[in-house]
Amino acid sequence: MDWINALIQGILLGGLYALFAAGLSLIFGVMRLVNIAHGDLIVLAAYLGLSVTIMLGIHPLLAMFAVVPMMAAIGYVLQRGILNKTLGDDLLPPLLVTFGLSVIIQNVLLEVYSADPQKLDAGTLEIASISVGDLSIGVLPLLTFGIAVAIIASLHWMFYHTSLGRSFRAVSDNQDIAQLMGLNRRHIFGLAMALALAVTAVAGVMLGVRTNFDPSIGGARLIFGFEAVIIGGLGNLWGTLVGGIILGVAQTLGAQINPGWQLLAGHITFLCIIAFKPRGFFPRVSG
Amino acid sequence: MADQVLKTHNLCAHYGDFQALFDLDLSIAEGEVIAIIGANGAGKTTLMRSIAGLNSNNAEQIVYRDEPIGALRADQVATKGIALVPEGRQLFPSLSVEENLIIGGRVGRKGPWNLKALYQLFPILEERRNQPSTSLSGGQQQMVAIGRALMANPDLILFDEISLGLAPVIIKTIYDALPNIIDDGMSAVIVEQDISKALAVSARFYCLQEGRVALEGDSQTVEREAISRAYFGVH
Ligand SMILES: Nc1ncnc2c1ncn2[C@@H]1O[C@H](COP(=O)(O)OP(=O)(O)O)[C@@H](O)[C@H]1O
Ligand SMILES: [Mg+2]
Repeated sequence: MDWINALIQGILLGGLYALFAAGLSLIFGVMRLVNIAHGDLIVLAAYLGLSVTIMLGIHPLLAMFAVVPMMAAIGYVLQRGILNKTLGDDLLPPLLVTFGLSVIIQNVLLEVYSADPQKLDAGTLEIASISVGDLSIGVLPLLTFGIAVAIIASLHWMFYHTSLGRSFRAVSDNQDIAQLMGLNRRHIFGLAMALALAVTAVAGVMLGVRTNFDPSIGGARLIFGFEAVIIGGLGNLWGTLVGGIILGVAQTLGAQINPGWQLLAGHITFLCIIAFKPRGFFPRVSG
Repeated sequence: MADQVLKTHNLCAHYGDFQALFDLDLSIAEGEVIAIIGANGAGKTTLMRSIAGLNSNNAEQIVYRDEPIGALRADQVATKGIALVPEGRQLFPSLSVEENLIIGGRVGRKGPWNLKALYQLFPILEERRNQPSTSLSGGQQQMVAIGRALMANPDLILFDEISLGLAPVIIKTIYDALPNIIDDGMSAVIVEQDISKALAVSARFYCLQEGRVALEGDSQTVEREAISRAYFGVH
């Protein structure tokens, strides 16, 4: 029973990892940008959630409705103001700049919020659970998973059935030719980053409700996100969800064997998978 | 002169230290069809990319209906009413045939061209509309590329080597369709390596050689020998 329980917890945890990963996957897909600051942006969203809940005295899930547009605005400005200037044939400048950004965000958070661990208080929601037979499933992890599935489904739908999604795919295919269609790629990239950080905002708030956070934890979230994206296969959003689930299950099963093995089990599973399937399970992007 | 739809003034183009175009002065009248001919590497594609805004220039070097557009980005040039059918077709592989056409209409200019009109011109595209654009034959892909440019309802359309790599029968289909396309007062620039094709559909021509205009004139009366000289650079 413990094992089945661990398996279910792992699947639900995978939802959170998919939320970490979806934004990364989106911006890599549209503009081939690897955002080293992604984990710190997740933590920034958690802190914004903290400020909003304290200032307005509202539930963190409600605060999400304020944090999402804030992060989206930050994303657009960041892309148009800085990141667009780093994009080109060379992959190094965006890596260096987002690395610098990561350091800056951490230091600003440290300055404003201090290094003390914080948590978003979701009240009774945190301990609520539903029983299925002998199993007890937490409402919060279930909700996180549901939100992750809904977000991935919406992103997928947006990508393949809307005019914005068509523009994203066109710019991703061929930037020059997309410009000929009247698409300003700088604006399209701005919109992609806005959307990615909107998803990141949800990820940050769900993270903050689930666990303690402090300014230094972004790096590990970045790694989890990367691992989920790569296990699932670049450029495939449903694959990213599967990648998140595989990572989550590996971690909870690892912890079931030995509580100290949670993270190690996740990384080892990731390494095994890329050893045998270097392009992940469902790659969509070539090169 | 407002009856010129496009003029270039001392148009130059560089790739790093390499200069690809030297002081080109070209003009296209409203409703006129001109041909740009020249050997491989003469600078034809570079000229098309410069006009379309993909290569940057000084504003005054390209004038569209009395408005300097040389410094505009390609997306801004597109909304002014200039469309390019790029060399090698360059469809969007992630988009279906119909999506490639729809995205061509994004600039939202008014005019005769829409999905319905295009499917009448090239019925095969309607049959294949939901397929990935990469699954089509070369000729069908070229029809999509032409359709994608037409969807913008441009006033000036640039065709860069639309017959390149296609079977003769397909080339004939496409060239037979050209008069219908260029009707309606649209101006057109046709870039070709096939000289007789280019001269047959155009009123005037420019022959480029190593980035310079080696010869220009009337497409119908020019002597073949003069063209061969300009084309290959024999003096
Ligand atoms: N992206 C590029 N980088 C460097 N040189 C280029 C590039 N594109 C074209 N050239 C050079 O510019 C010249 C003109 O090329 P192009 O305009 O493609 O000629 P054409 O279309 O007439 O065959 C050629 O010498 C070509 O090698
Ligand atoms: Mg060419």
